Amino acid sequence: MTAAHSSAANRGAAGWKLDSRRVAEDELEIALAGRWSLDENLPSAASLDASLFENLRRLRFGAAELGAWDSGLPTFLAELIKRCAERGIEVDRSGLPLGVQRLLAMAFAVPERELARAEAPGGLLARVGTATLEFFRGAPEMLRFLGEVTLSLGRFVTGRAHYRRAELWLLVEQVGPRALVIVSVISFLVGLILAYLGADQLALFGAQIFIADLVGIGMVREIGALMTGIIIAGRTGAAFAAQLGTMQVNEEIDAFRTLGISQVDFLVLPRILALMLMVPLLTLYAGFVGMLAGLLVSVTIFDIGVFEYYNETLRALELRHFAVGVSKGLAYGAVVAFAGCLRGIQCGRSAEAVGEAATSAVVTGILLITIVASVMTILYYNLGI
Amino acid sequence: MAGAPHIEIRDLTMAYGDFVVQRDVSFTVRKGDIFVVMGGNGCGKTTLMRNMIGLLPPAGGAVLYGGEDFWSAGPEDRERLKRRLGVMFQGGALWSSLPLGQNVGLPLEEYTDLPPQRIGEIVSFKLALVGLAGFEELYPAELSGGMRKRAGLARAMALDPEILIIDEPSSGLDPIAARRLDELILELRDSLGATIVVVTHDLASIFAVASDSIYMDTETHTMIATGDPREALKSGHPTVRRFLSRGAA
Repeated sequence: MTAAHSSAANRGAAGWKLDSRRVAEDELEIALAGRWSLDENLPSAASLDASLFENLRRLRFGAAELGAWDSGLPTFLAELIKRCAERGIEVDRSGLPLGVQRLLAMAFAVPERELARAEAPGGLLARVGTATLEFFRGAPEMLRFLGEVTLSLGRFVTGRAHYRRAELWLLVEQVGPRALVIVSVISFLVGLILAYLGADQLALFGAQIFIADLVGIGMVREIGALMTGIIIAGRTGAAFAAQLGTMQVNEEIDAFRTLGISQVDFLVLPRILALMLMVPLLTLYAGFVGMLAGLLVSVTIFDIGVFEYYNETLRALELRHFAVGVSKGLAYGAVVAFAGCLRGIQCGRSAEAVGEAATSAVVTGILLITIVASVMTILYYNLGI
Repeated sequence: MAGAPHIEIRDLTMAYGDFVVQRDVSFTVRKGDIFVVMGGNGCGKTTLMRNMIGLLPPAGGAVLYGGEDFWSAGPEDRERLKRRLGVMFQGGALWSSLPLGQNVGLPLEEYTDLPPQRIGEIVSFKLALVGLAGFEELYPAELSGGMRKRAGLARAMALDPEILIIDEPSSGLDPIAARRLDELILELRDSLGATIVVVTHDLASIFAVASDSIYMDTETHTMIATGDPREALKSGHPTVRRFLSRGAA
């Protein structure tokens, strides 16, 4: 039985043409003609009528009238052959041009990989569970890194740590003096806000002179350190994570490991030392800039005298306030450096992973600052400092 | 197989600031050629490629595609000329935030009106050609270096470019994968009629695929040989013979 099958759907507007006919009861011939290129709106194998494949055991091709073609033709044929394979239909490619045959042979030379990707469990509860497990899986790693850093600091104190002094000073310059502008701007504005906030409330009691106490103690003891810590988390913590993450991508950290050089001593220690050295100094600086803003507001807006404000500030501030501020700056510097380095060392091996590491460093840094600030505040309160 | 001039490089000078990497480089790649750019480390092969694909303007000279000067053309014409090129970078240069299927499919989405299903089929076929059938959903970070390189070639081929420029195709590949890639390069030329420029110093690849070549010398900072590398091995410039025989000649 021979049945001819041809329809408008099997013909491209400009050039391609596909005719199919049964050459035997269980054998189909597909004749390709015209121009088969990607810009011809070629058909998809999926669009062929399923009835074509009914009771079929063999498929062959004719290409006597085939014109120009590009990879659009073998793409179509590859899909068609896959569909035939699914149905157990034998495909005879000998009627195709040699170039097409060779390209198809290359495409089918390596069997298609059956992907066995683990599907993420669906549902809110499952996702919360997965996230919780991920968090607890990350905790031991964080503790291990904390241990390594502590040992490295111990080696530094005893003079046995291997790191480059020149790099430490370079980092000190990057994290300290280069952050002065942003710390100045933010501290000035925060001091200004504090002064206005205080003035608004203290005016109720005619006690605006105490703006000096509020701004002085607030900036030196708490706000200076907190704002500096947050600025450093965004500016330097993210930079540390990106630097170490890129080194991870380039296998530079693997090179340290294989050479038996401690990446913590060489890379993490200088960064932690640099921030532990510079953040307390930046905190002091932020306190002074904040007080300057308070002075400016008090003198120009609330008619408080310069010497009045100065004397009130001297009266209010005690050495312990500076000690609290500096100790907090030291702790914030340490945790920001720790978070940045941890996320950098944990980074994956792609550009996207570096971005995630930088984001995670900032989030972790700010979270750790908040936790450390709370603990220290409660501690100092109970100690009466 | 070789036909009319497809790419012409005229008196090209490549430089970084005052440092001249190569000067007076001139050659012609004919349609259907597999043209190999050879030379030792640091001779300027990759710089030449960057000059050719529009990433770095040359310090002097011209790059012509089908007689049209690339660097003196306006921005729109330059974009049009770029679309005739497919480029495979040394490390694959895959976009890490996209799975392989989208890496290969993005040029098709951007520059054709094909429906998503057709794009999917083309992506599958191009990935199958480089031996990565079924890898559509994987991200570049989940692949080995050799796989990334092959996926980079699949992306370069996505639009069936008439000119394919390939940087170090076989470095980092195992011998079987490297040979398969050489066969694919030959097949792309024979079946689809592409003109192919290969930047490499891999001798096996050079002898397997090259129909024409130039040799750029690191010491004299200029090209010292052109032609079929097999001929150059027999009777070429002594430096080129040494290079092609791994220092034995």
